[in-house]
Amino acid sequence: MEKHAKQRVVSPEYMFFEAPRTRHFITGSEAASEAVRRANLDIAIAYPITPQSETMQRVGDLFGEGFLKDYYRAEDEIGAFSAISGASRTGVRCLTASSGPGLMRGLEVIASWPGHRLPLVFLIMCRVINAPLSIQPDNLELAYMLNTGSVLFHAENQQDFFDYTLASFIISEKCEVTLPVSVAVDGFFVTHARGWVEMPSAELKLPGRDCYNEAVPMIDNENPPIRIARDAPIQKSNFISYQMHAAWQQEIHAAQERSRRWITRYMGGLLEITNPDAETIIIASGSAVSQSREALRQAQDMGHQVGLIKIKSLRPFPVQELRQACQHAKRIIVPEFNCVGWLNREVRATLYGHTEAEIADGPRVYGGITMPTEMILEWLLDAEKGGQ
Amino acid sequence: MMNSKPYRVVPGPEGLLPPAAATCGIVLPEKGEGLVLGSLQSEQETLLVMARELLTRKNPTIFPGPLVLWAWKEGVAEKAASVLELADEIPGVRIIPMPDYRPIYPKIDPEAVINPCHPNLTIWHNKIEVCVFVGVHCHFANITLKMIRAGTNCYTITLCHEAGHEDSMASLPFCGADQVRALTEAIRQLKREGLRPRYADTPGIQLTPTQQTVLSGLAWQHGDGALAE
Repeated sequence: MEKHAKQRVVSPEYMFFEAPRTRHFITGSEAASEAVRRANLDIAIAYPITPQSETMQRVGDLFGEGFLKDYYRAEDEIGAFSAISGASRTGVRCLTASSGPGLMRGLEVIASWPGHRLPLVFLIMCRVINAPLSIQPDNLELAYMLNTGSVLFHAENQQDFFDYTLASFIISEKCEVTLPVSVAVDGFFVTHARGWVEMPSAELKLPGRDCYNEAVPMIDNENPPIRIARDAPIQKSNFISYQMHAAWQQEIHAAQERSRRWITRYMGGLLEITNPDAETIIIASGSAVSQSREALRQAQDMGHQVGLIKIKSLRPFPVQELRQACQHAKRIIVPEFNCVGWLNREVRATLYGHTEAEIADGPRVYGGITMPTEMILEWLLDAEKGGQ
Repeated sequence: MMNSKPYRVVPGPEGLLPPAAATCGIVLPEKGEGLVLGSLQSEQETLLVMARELLTRKNPTIFPGPLVLWAWKEGVAEKAASVLELADEIPGVRIIPMPDYRPIYPKIDPEAVINPCHPNLTIWHNKIEVCVFVGVHCHFANITLKMIRAGTNCYTITLCHEAGHEDSMASLPFCGADQVRALTEAIRQLKREGLRPRYADTPGIQLTPTQQTVLSGLAWQHGDGALAE
């Protein structure tokens, strides 16, 4: 008997909140593959690129152990992401993953997934985008992911990577969502470093994909409406085809909005706040949150009151929650691991007209280094002095 | 981004491109609730609103989709029968199916089908001012509803088998045969309370001219949409 057949199917609520958990000191790659072990996954399609490779190698091991029904290596990222499109259309639960340059290579296909209403989970282990060639961590690629229509989470650590990945399968497949969900982590800092992760028993698995109850019909020639190729709007240069395409695009973003309810239910909200009454606030996502926690501790030791807002969901963005959380803020800094400051732009666009706070344009590191907590501390102290 | 003023989902025409209601803060109902003009209501209140609109607006029409047109799983035939029972209680109602979602070339027959690529052709041609979508996959229902709200004055009702639709004026989620029968009962209740339907003198389901021709066995349709005898 295949191993997945021996696992007991439990409700998402039981898996996420009620099942007893045990602690393990594991890497992010191991955490992701342990989530996959419990995800009742049907197929994973891989193409190697550092630092993503290890996770998909481990998922390959899961196939060998009998936890997946199918697994293969595609010919490149365009091939992998196209293949996963086909797999998702046939109604099975799907997973793929990539990093930096690989993601950029497949971006056209990635941006087509939401329009085709394809539930799937895409793991992003962030890495510098070439050139010059580098395999170091840097999350610039998320700037390109923000407007693809995918739901997009940014995990802080190994525990988040486990929890967000597992929840993503269920959120992605909710009928009113029916969208790809991308879970990003900062490469190496999370994927190759160890951290404590609490996990439910590997004898449990989520319910399988309910593919006949989604927003679009899956391809099944035994059931109407039979579809040879899906999603062919009229291709005419006239008003009605423009309007149809526009309504289709609106629907993708409407579906993203509908995921808020499930992110709140299964992930405890789109953001997390520490010290909500502080007037100096750090807003961060991913590994920058961990560095910010330590900077916050150091600032408190020095007698400064500092708050921290961890953005868990980049799409949909926690617009109302962030406005509410920053109502009394006087100073905001946004530490990031990329050179363009995409989170800073999101924060500014969201808070424009809703806060009196000064929003500093940083701090940022990029090219692969981690952010020293002293750097965040320095920006905090400068902000309090009215500098930067 | 959300405005401070609550958004209302009212019959159009609202213009070229009204925003998706979900991006304006309208949220889907939970089980036991409905959505009326963007506001959450109880299921019973929603059913009564739907019933009143169906009895009083011009040219009520039911648009059944593939999920009730074919008996593809257990329970569907029963639900389809409940839709016909509903139709029997709406004087002057028409039934125009949305059998699938592919674009129809070179043009549709608006008396035969409604299509998500150009739903307004069917609404405009038949002068439909209230309609019910039932058994349509949610993505295609949603884009259809947005286009109808943009370009017509049609009041849209959705009996959704899943989570409901923010862009219809009245929406009931998780709607099986029992909920369809509850709507039929709400219509009967309004009639008992004295509401005279707009088409009280035209009982039963009305066929469009195309449907009449096809039903009589005198014609069938060519691929180009033209009728042949």
